[in-house]
Amino acid sequence: MTLPLLEVRGLKTVFHDLAGAWPAVDGVDLLVHPGEILGLVGESGSGKSVTGFSLVQLIDPPGEVVSGDVLFKGEDLRSASEERLRSLRGDRIAMIFQDPLMTLNPVLSIGEQMCEAIQEHRNCSRQDALKEASRALSRVGISSPEARLKQFPHEFSGGMRQRVAIATALLNEPDLIIADEPTTALDVTIQSQILFEVQKLSRETGTAVIWITHDLAVVAELADRVAVMYAGRIVETGTVDDVLDRPRHPYTVGLLGSSAASASPGERLKQINGAAPSISARPSGCPFRPRCERALAVCEQIDPSPQILDGHGYRCHNPVPEGSAL
Amino acid sequence: MTVPFFELRGVKKHFRSKSTFAQRLLAATGQAPPPPVLRAVDGVDLSVMRGEVLGLVGESGCGKSTLARIATGISAASAGDVVYDGRPVVQLRGKERLDFLLKVQMVFQDPYASLNPRMQVHRIVGEALRVHRLLPKNEIDAAVDKALTEVGLDLAYRNRYPHQFSGGQRQRIGIARALAVNPDFLVCDEPVSALDVSIQAQVINLFMDVRERRGLTYLFVSHDLGIVRHISDRVAIMYLGRIVEIGPASAVFDKPAHPYSAALIAASPSAARRKRDFQPLKGELPSPLAPPTGCPFHPRCEHAMSKCREVRPVLQEIAPGRSAACHLHTSDNA
Repeated sequence: MTLPLLEVRGLKTVFHDLAGAWPAVDGVDLLVHPGEILGLVGESGSGKSVTGFSLVQLIDPPGEVVSGDVLFKGEDLRSASEERLRSLRGDRIAMIFQDPLMTLNPVLSIGEQMCEAIQEHRNCSRQDALKEASRALSRVGISSPEARLKQFPHEFSGGMRQRVAIATALLNEPDLIIADEPTTALDVTIQSQILFEVQKLSRETGTAVIWITHDLAVVAELADRVAVMYAGRIVETGTVDDVLDRPRHPYTVGLLGSSAASASPGERLKQINGAAPSISARPSGCPFRPRCERALAVCEQIDPSPQILDGHGYRCHNPVPEGSAL
Repeated sequence: MTVPFFELRGVKKHFRSKSTFAQRLLAATGQAPPPPVLRAVDGVDLSVMRGEVLGLVGESGCGKSTLARIATGISAASAGDVVYDGRPVVQLRGKERLDFLLKVQMVFQDPYASLNPRMQVHRIVGEALRVHRLLPKNEIDAAVDKALTEVGLDLAYRNRYPHQFSGGQRQRIGIARALAVNPDFLVCDEPVSALDVSIQAQVINLFMDVRERRGLTYLFVSHDLGIVRHISDRVAIMYLGRIVEIGPASAVFDKPAHPYSAALIAASPSAARRKRDFQPLKGELPSPLAPPTGCPFHPRCEHAMSKCREVRPVLQEIAPGRSAACHLHTSDNA
């Protein structure tokens, strides 16, 4: 067993308001091994993005990471100094956001920004930095990179901008990329180009990726392991085959059934009734209970504890029997 | 052969950027090129049979939303005809035109932008009934309640405002508003794209229930192939303002005839595939301001021949009920 690249235990991030502190992330455990692609799946408000931000300590008030350990190569990021975090971010750990315009500065040329990302972390001449930036652009499939480096973000299309953001994230060959819904706003043909680049780079450079998304199908095609989030916690985790082919948690089963691909055309979809609880009104016990068809009396009182961390785990008192048809 | 219930004949929608006086002067004297024309929809023929669901698929910028707006009469076509029940809509006047506008209703993509934030739900749903005096005043409340019940909204919420609802509930309000005037034809423009997967399934099921109950006809516009395949009887695939392929949903998805359809289907992710080696389609959607010559798809097409660069293929029948616009399927190369 190799040493995990990232180990997260009991991560809890709350948002404060006048009425109290509401947990957006409520006791998340994660393991990421070197070179592995982990899909972090959940719907709006499940806490998947806040988890991503919490990992690199990018939570601003009124949010606060209140407990848990985030160990990156054994180093605790929660107690790391801001200086240390700055030197890690963009170097060993890179982030890609849903909206590339959020990452890119509109008044600086692409070359300027990419050079900054290199020179911030390494002693190297501007000439060498530019050369490296141009190599990174061609790696993600951008043609005539030298000319492109002189252009500004608004001169690129959405798909191109996202590729620039990915190329920038890859400049320092990070050990871990945290990608927050990077292809959600893009068309499928562009998405498949980007998935192709990410997969290639992960295979070539051994970079581990946490791919945060709401799309189970993307995870199925891209990831090695998957973690499904609901109401701030991970309800099921395991290899892609385990979780998608042999799901045990009723929420995972419901999500899979909700996708149009799971039913034959014209047939009713197996919907999950109701909606996810808001952060300030989480039910007692298991948060999925009000929407769950398999809920027992115990689910109301006791929050199911997480099962095994590495391997196939789920948080449920009454899991779907193994081998039952979807 | 039955008469189509709804038809688009040679519909075009061209947008011109507004030019300044100086630009017009320069253009008129030949010192500057005329302002470019954006052909958002460039000659679409489409017929919808009563009771069917026609899915319309394409990527951003292909003109599918513009086409949906033309079909409902929200935008006027630059050329071509919208034919409803055998009669061109432009010829309709007065009562008949109003009838068309009410019988063809639209459900919009963004449930946040398409509901008036200052109106209570019952006023949003009942507005058309009130404005057009479709029902006597004392019957409107009952009709609104019926529409709200039909889409699965609790009547206790009828006095609430849109911001008090979740995205899925808002989309239900949008559907109730469309149903309140008893339409025959619903044009749905990406009606579930803004919703979470578990909520999407609820709304898709609602669309199918309503259709069954009322015998509605749908034009269902979406970029999500999985959903279109699920809900549609027939599917049309659009690229750069034109339909490149149309046919029964199962046939098109199982054996796409146009290389673009094939690429689109291959690119859309599926939970059944694992650790795929992605084979991306090269290039991006060209700008509709400067579409390529010949077949608009040829710069990205792996089967492109010299002919594709010069001659634009027309949409022609390749099998009963199936058409494609591709030189690979032009039998005699005439």
